[in-house]
Amino acid sequence: MAPDGAGEIEVERNEVRDGGRRPPRAVVGSHRIEEEMFGRVFDKNIVKRIWAFVRPYRARVIISVAAVLIFTATQLVIPLIIRYAIDNGMAPGEIDHPALLYSVAAFALAILINYAASYIQETVVGQMAENVLFDIRRAMFGHLQKVSLSFMDKTEVGRLMSRLQGDVNSMQEFLETSVLSVGDIVLLFGIVFVMLWLDFRLGLLTLSVMPILFIVRIFWLPRAREAFMAAHETNSVANGALAEAIHGVRAVQSMDRQQVNFTLYDDKAAANLKTHLTAAKYAQVMVPIVDSLTGLAMAFVIVVGGSMVLNGGLDVGIMVAFLFYIQRFFDPIRSLTLQYSVMQRAMASGKRLTDVLDVRIDVKDKPGAKVLSPDMDGSVEFKDVTFGYDPKQPVLKDVSFRVNPGETVALVGPTGSGKSSAMALVHRFYDVQKGEVLVGGHDVRDLTQESLGRQVAMVLQEPFLFTGTVFENIRYHKADATRDQVIEAARAVGAHDFIMSLDGGYDAILGERGGNLSLGQRQLISFARALVADAKILVLDEATANIDSYTEMLIQKALIRLLQGRTGLVIAHRLATIRGADRIIVLQNGQVIETGNHDQLMAKGGLYSKLYNLNYASFDDIPEAELEASAQSGSQT
Amino acid sequence: MSSDAIGSATKARNSFAHVEAAGWGQGLSTLLRITRMNLRHPWQVTFAIGSTIIAATLQLTIPQLLGRAVDQTQTAIGGGAEGAAAESALLISALLLLTVSILRGLFTMTQNYYAEAVGHHIGYELRLACYEKIQRLSFSFHDRVHSGDLITIGMLDLEGVRMYFSTALVRVVLLTMLIGIGAYLLISTDPVLGLLALSFVPFVGWRSSVTRLKLRATWLELQERLSVLTRVMEENLGGIRVVRAFAAQAHEMMKFDRASKSALELAHERVGIRVRNTSAMTFSFFLAMGLVLLVGGNKVVAGEISVGTLATFLTFMTILQMPVRQLGMMVNAFARASTCGSRLFGLLDLDIAVKDAPDAKPLDITDGTLRFNNVSFAYPGAQDRQVLKNVSFEARKGETVGIVGPPGSGKSTIAHLIPRFYDVTGGAITLDGQDIRKATLASLRQSVAVVQQDAFLFTTTIENNIAYGDPWAKERRIARASEFAQLHNYVLGLPAGYGTVVGERGVSLSGGQRQRLTIARTMMLKPSVIVFDDSTAAIDAATESRIRTAMRRFAKDRVTIVIAHRLSSLMHADQILFVEGGEIVERGTHEELLAKGGRYRALYDLQVRPGEEMLDEAGGGG
Repeated sequence: MAPDGAGEIEVERNEVRDGGRRPPRAVVGSHRIEEEMFGRVFDKNIVKRIWAFVRPYRARVIISVAAVLIFTATQLVIPLIIRYAIDNGMAPGEIDHPALLYSVAAFALAILINYAASYIQETVVGQMAENVLFDIRRAMFGHLQKVSLSFMDKTEVGRLMSRLQGDVNSMQEFLETSVLSVGDIVLLFGIVFVMLWLDFRLGLLTLSVMPILFIVRIFWLPRAREAFMAAHETNSVANGALAEAIHGVRAVQSMDRQQVNFTLYDDKAAANLKTHLTAAKYAQVMVPIVDSLTGLAMAFVIVVGGSMVLNGGLDVGIMVAFLFYIQRFFDPIRSLTLQYSVMQRAMASGKRLTDVLDVRIDVKDKPGAKVLSPDMDGSVEFKDVTFGYDPKQPVLKDVSFRVNPGETVALVGPTGSGKSSAMALVHRFYDVQKGEVLVGGHDVRDLTQESLGRQVAMVLQEPFLFTGTVFENIRYHKADATRDQVIEAARAVGAHDFIMSLDGGYDAILGERGGNLSLGQRQLISFARALVADAKILVLDEATANIDSYTEMLIQKALIRLLQGRTGLVIAHRLATIRGADRIIVLQNGQVIETGNHDQLMAKGGLYSKLYNLNYASFDDIPEAELEASAQSGSQT
Repeated sequence: MSSDAIGSATKARNSFAHVEAAGWGQGLSTLLRITRMNLRHPWQVTFAIGSTIIAATLQLTIPQLLGRAVDQTQTAIGGGAEGAAAESALLISALLLLTVSILRGLFTMTQNYYAEAVGHHIGYELRLACYEKIQRLSFSFHDRVHSGDLITIGMLDLEGVRMYFSTALVRVVLLTMLIGIGAYLLISTDPVLGLLALSFVPFVGWRSSVTRLKLRATWLELQERLSVLTRVMEENLGGIRVVRAFAAQAHEMMKFDRASKSALELAHERVGIRVRNTSAMTFSFFLAMGLVLLVGGNKVVAGEISVGTLATFLTFMTILQMPVRQLGMMVNAFARASTCGSRLFGLLDLDIAVKDAPDAKPLDITDGTLRFNNVSFAYPGAQDRQVLKNVSFEARKGETVGIVGPPGSGKSTIAHLIPRFYDVTGGAITLDGQDIRKATLASLRQSVAVVQQDAFLFTTTIENNIAYGDPWAKERRIARASEFAQLHNYVLGLPAGYGTVVGERGVSLSGGQRQRLTIARTMMLKPSVIVFDDSTAAIDAATESRIRTAMRRFAKDRVTIVIAHRLSSLMHADQILFVEGGEIVERGTHEELLAKGGRYRALYDLQVRPGEEMLDEAGGGG
């Protein structure tokens, strides 16, 4: 029943840390330091950028600031009304006391206004902050749809997601608190002003305790923040270790690491406990300080104010009002210092957000770009194309070739020969540095990306499926495809049978990235998806991973069906695919070195025939040493 | 506590995490169990509760002292000797007030600190318990339960239970003290005015509870909607090439907007719920204050009460305002602790399917002979589907057994049964004649190593990853295992060599490199039985053959089992089993099976000269 099992823990700890043995070469969880949490308090450029998102709501900003001011004013006025009632409406023995009624009426009015103002302020601010949050996120997401793939290649998805979530959230927090800060500042100054106005000397005396709090907080804040950050960090370290244990549980169990890991985790959990206790100490130490200062201020009012009342120098109502103000007086100071941290965090987040928003869009439609007509001939041509992700290191050098309408061309070559880059260029994922890529006779840079995408279907090496039904995935490209069309396509590529065997058939929900299907099955669905797209041109990167021979056979058949009646550019790895092509283009080090069909190339006795004669089922299986040997002899011929 | 943990943890809340609304009885027993856990820290609990009672009492004297001081200024108007006495009376009041304030502050500090400390200690204990449980639960459990749900339990639900003491229990004491004693004091001073002053309490308490519970329900719903949005974004960014390839940006934006809009609408609704509530609470509070002012003012005029008493009432109301508003938080804390607790305890109380038998002994390996005796197996939860049927075979030290067969034939299941990732449902597996179910799990898993299909890399250095199963290993051994798996040269080429961090947040390795690292890792274990579960699929044929050559020496004094679909990986085996539909349908050496001309032969033909007939088909068709 007891889930802590303290006895067990002790035993294990002693086993792992047996005396003398050096510490294990082991860790649980990773120790990577998180991104910077705090920035400068105020960064003009970032505020400007954020303001651009708030601008559309500026009318609401004005309304909410006005509401905050009114709200604060009513809060200030209530003790004054009480003071008036006490001093003018409660003289004992008076029969007629209109002043009391007036005060109560004023009080009623004040609280009605207070109610309305607080309602408006909180609704408007709250909803506006939510809107801005979603707007920023949408702007970033939309921008990421357009930025060049080379940025996406370099950037981890997880990193981007933390921008789209964590950083955007801290902006929202910032917006909410900054409007509230206005209220806090006004309240603070308002209380100071009203106190001094009611009685200058008593006011000054009472306010004299305020700097003490400021000074204390100045010393307290950096230390407390360090303690809070340490708590935050040990917490995420411990959570990270737990997540690792969950994801890697099979590896842990098969290597029998549970005991070592438990001891290591215990250290993390204990560190987490320790930092949290320290943080709690720092958080709580302010409580008696604030309470003592409040007590001190009240004591001043009672002694000094009280004797002034005794001497007739002060109305008792004013003394009561002072006592009320004192109780409210430290709240704005406390929340303002907290908002300071929020500001710093927001600036750091804002910096990261603008970094994403500022990523240049390299590939974009040029003004007046043409729409690629579905009636184009379907040819693909490379004319003296030079391209490199880094312009100084071209991956393709003066590559020229043409794929005629309806022809299937296999691109073949060792790893790093530039096959994948050539494929990406047909779709204009990147722009060439020299020469041009023509689709249907048009330079791809003169066409709209949208229409180019409609006519060039792509099947990637790693078939990526989206969460959703099989049906939705197959018609991903063509949202208006009917069920019959989808089923027909699935039948054509030989996916129908296994789809029907899924729980729910075409309406079966695929897990994250199609996780519940095998690689081969995912491949077949991605074929069906390309078939439904029914584009004139098909660009296909064959999977290199080993698929079991049965599925492999299905895939080969599907491929033939897929290429029927369209122009095909295939990065081929399997000999079967290569031999089935109308023409083979052999790439090496970014250059076309041979072209022809299988028999022609075999007769020629160049690199292709050498590779082929090595007798591997797939070009990717060829060992590097042999590849190098053939490449050298190939380039000499 | 930390928002990023919540963000990642709420990604997936499904089946397991959604415990059906637990009945009252169960909820209550969960709360009792948490309370009992709290009581196991008796000193801290005593300090926390004791400080709460003292702090609340001190808090309640403040309005009295203020009222007294106000009255002291009233009684002696007129000055003179009476004035001097009044001034010293004021001084005493002031000093009392100052002392009370300081003491209240100190006791509130200890109250809050110990309340948190109890929670953090419980959190620590629960973390360890959770971690240990998750580590020990069998594969069948992890197959069934989504990792996201476990993360939710281990992070969010644990927080809910941890916070129970400070946000629920201590607050009950505090509120009972403040409201109860406060009400008694006020009503005994002046019943009418007392009732008026307290009139806002039931309304605010009720409103804030209802709203909190509603906010909680909508929060869960919002997390669900946000997780859809997260998924849309994550998939889009992960699959950005597909999106671009199909020119589907517009479609993706639409998907994003749909998910975003549904989340935004709910977020707005939640702002509404929150605001309607806070404004109404503030209003009712001020309304009560207005009434006290009106009625109290009249009473002052009538000479029934003093101005000081009125001030006491008003101050008392200000003091009570905050805690009463927090009534809702308290109710919420109970609700949260009850649901979170039942999920957490649900996990902690689970039975572990595969564990040491009561009389388990460490394996005693002499010959190292592995034997399957009529082994049958069905996955838990799918008992009617036999995955393996009467599988029998034997492998002696130095022998290699190859297992091949179509997908879903049960090959990998064989691999998972030997280290007892699952227990057989029929027959037995023995090592040197000892039933593996009678051996301790630790000794079994040290003797049997499986090189898994999809290797999990830990986010740490390559060195630590290789030495994962033997963290005390010497560097030389690590390097040797790495050489063995044909990984050494690659690692030396990395900027930080063996110190390079890999894994989710480190350098990403290709599938083949990952598999090689897994092989190296397994070599470190010095197992008596080593199983390659399709673990060379992503390694190119040449490297694989080099690994095989290196294996030869290693395999001499152990049993090797190779499961693969690439025949070249297992052609050399002493015995090849062809598995289909959970049964061994053919067995023999490569030559024997080829000669037999059965299924193995067909597979061989298919792989060695890939489908000539298909190429003809292609020539005719395309």
